Amino acid sequence: MDYFLELFLSGLTRGSIYALIALGYTMVYGIIQLINFAHGEIYMIGAFVALVVSGVLTIYGFSGVSILILAALIAIIYSAAYGYTLEKIAYRPLRGAPRLSPLISAIGMSLFLQNYVLLAQTADFLPFPELVPEFEFMEPIAHIMGSAELIILITSAITMIGLTLLIKYTRIGKAMRATQQDMVMARLTGINVDRVISVTFIIGSVLAAIAGVLVGSYIGQINYFIGFMAGVKAFTAAVLGGIGNIPGAALGGLVLGLAEAMAAGYISSAYEDVFAFGVLVLILILRPSGLLGKAVKQKV
Amino acid sequence: MAMISYLKSCLIAAIWFVFLTFPLMVVKVNTLKNTVEWRWMNMLWVAIGAFILSAVWRWAMERRARGARQKEQEGSDSDKKPSLGERLLEDPKLYRPLLGLVVALALLMPWVSEMYQVTIWVFALIYVVLGLGLNITVGLAGLLDLGYVAFFGVGAYTYAILNTRFGLDFWICLPIGGLTGALVGVLLGFPILRLRGDYLAIVTLGFGSIAKIVYENWEGVFNGARGIEKIARPGFFGMEMDISAATTFTYYLMLVMVVFTIFVTNRLKDSRIGRAWMALREDEIACVAMGVDMAKTKLGAYALGAFWAGLVGVIFASQTTYINPASFDFMLSAIVLSMVVLGGMGSIVGVVIAALVLNLLPEYLRAFEDYRMLVFGAVMVLMMLFRPQGLVANVRKTYTHSKKVHAEEANG
Repeated sequence: MDYFLELFLSGLTRGSIYALIALGYTMVYGIIQLINFAHGEIYMIGAFVALVVSGVLTIYGFSGVSILILAALIAIIYSAAYGYTLEKIAYRPLRGAPRLSPLISAIGMSLFLQNYVLLAQTADFLPFPELVPEFEFMEPIAHIMGSAELIILITSAITMIGLTLLIKYTRIGKAMRATQQDMVMARLTGINVDRVISVTFIIGSVLAAIAGVLVGSYIGQINYFIGFMAGVKAFTAAVLGGIGNIPGAALGGLVLGLAEAMAAGYISSAYEDVFAFGVLVLILILRPSGLLGKAVKQKV
Repeated sequence: MAMISYLKSCLIAAIWFVFLTFPLMVVKVNTLKNTVEWRWMNMLWVAIGAFILSAVWRWAMERRARGARQKEQEGSDSDKKPSLGERLLEDPKLYRPLLGLVVALALLMPWVSEMYQVTIWVFALIYVVLGLGLNITVGLAGLLDLGYVAFFGVGAYTYAILNTRFGLDFWICLPIGGLTGALVGVLLGFPILRLRGDYLAIVTLGFGSIAKIVYENWEGVFNGARGIEKIARPGFFGMEMDISAATTFTYYLMLVMVVFTIFVTNRLKDSRIGRAWMALREDEIACVAMGVDMAKTKLGAYALGAFWAGLVGVIFASQTTYINPASFDFMLSAIVLSMVVLGGMGSIVGVVIAALVLNLLPEYLRAFEDYRMLVFGAVMVLMMLFRPQGLVANVRKTYTHSKKVHAEEANG
């Protein structure tokens, strides 16, 4: 039973990370129907900036939670800046181009950012400073759930609730929903669509940065290539929940994380990644609209 | 005044990029040894680079916008002067001698250069054929395939296993490798035919990664991460060949393959199925409405692209005589894709040139080697922005209505 609980919690933790990244994919896809291939790289950059900041602060003698918060804040700012710049350079000029063009541009950007970090920093795995303190009240259940896991679960829950509120009740959230439904009509009613798209990228990047910082302190090491796998899996989660659907992405992330943890725990951990792709292919074949998505007929 | 605002916006861009790259370019932390390194010089380079690049960028964007406006005014069917590249391709007087020269150089190459050079060229030619194969799937049919390397791996492993376990000869395995590739292509293509282009990209990417993980972990068949060694080189009627002769032989074999591939894709392009591919690429719904069988057409493109990857996979395995899963990772797919994008999707000459340039340039400019993938990524973005048709645009065959024929018809 303990083993199952441990797997369940680790699956949930992993799933909430996927969910955070998947939200970025799904929001961008919902608005401009583009698979933002470089989204995984934004997540990686978030983790790297956090590593650099916390590394520097540790060396200059700061300690504990203050580093974590500062590192997370700076990582968020930088990821948002990267996401914004990425959209402006690689996607905005291609609006209205054939569908394949922005996708190829996104793949190019993904390669570019990966190798930029590789060249500017290093190809090796870097250990992430231990920032999360071991909570004392976690002592009795420490064998099934660590403090880092607790922080990840709480942070992602708060983030997702915040996002839901933002989209539901704020002005920019309304504008985002309007743009998602009908871009031309949204523009006619006076919504600055370009700005809405920029904001969408920024929000997605912020979520990715949060995920990056959390993963860094959870797994303990990062390198320039972590964005690739995380990106593909988060995309799987987004498709699983129904791409373009925000609660769907969260659900998809959790389901994928749980399924993966169970498969790794009970079947074989070597084929963990195969399993995620298998889920993706099966979903696309059996129910391309995803768990929560509605089937949309293509209009001519 | 305009100049000042121009410079001002470039300056802002420079400052922005200095800010963006600061934590990654300037600071370098070693969290193992707890040391931090400040590389302030990088800041200067980024500032200067960003300033110049943003000036070029602005100029290019303006030119692009002007071009789009001009096109709108003139309409699509204006007579424009053919560029040098197009003239070279269309005028037999120009391209025949050039072609002759290229063929002569290609044939003479192994006799005047060292084995090392020949090996480099063998790999370059392998990439050429891979590029041409992917060109069928991506360029002609518009199906973005990010797992192309999987089929290459299928071919290579087919030969490696058949040769080392069952002692089958290279020449028997060559078609088997190609067919296995095509078969896997069909098997994979079948369930994902209904998907739209961008989903296809992700699924193929997933498939490519799955293939690699399976090679790595299935010890019994693929020998895991250790790979398979002592794969036989191609034989030629039982002739004994040393390494250098075998490499030369493989080189000629690849030349034949390249010519064969060019011939086939060229014929395919103008065939019924080739035109169906292009129609499908341009507008799927209209194409299906015109009575094109979508499933068959897409599967055909998929299988043919995979077939070539399988064929070259066999040759690759025989050339290196050792393969392991690391040879078949996503980067290879990305490299081949950037060749197709750079050369011009659907354009045969363009893809051949791009494959040679992208492969040989890093070989001969060793300093460039590290920046290879960075440049490939940038090339993909820039090509999409400024020249989506590629370096050598694919010239669609057009049937012009000649006035003379018309007049004769009217008279007779």
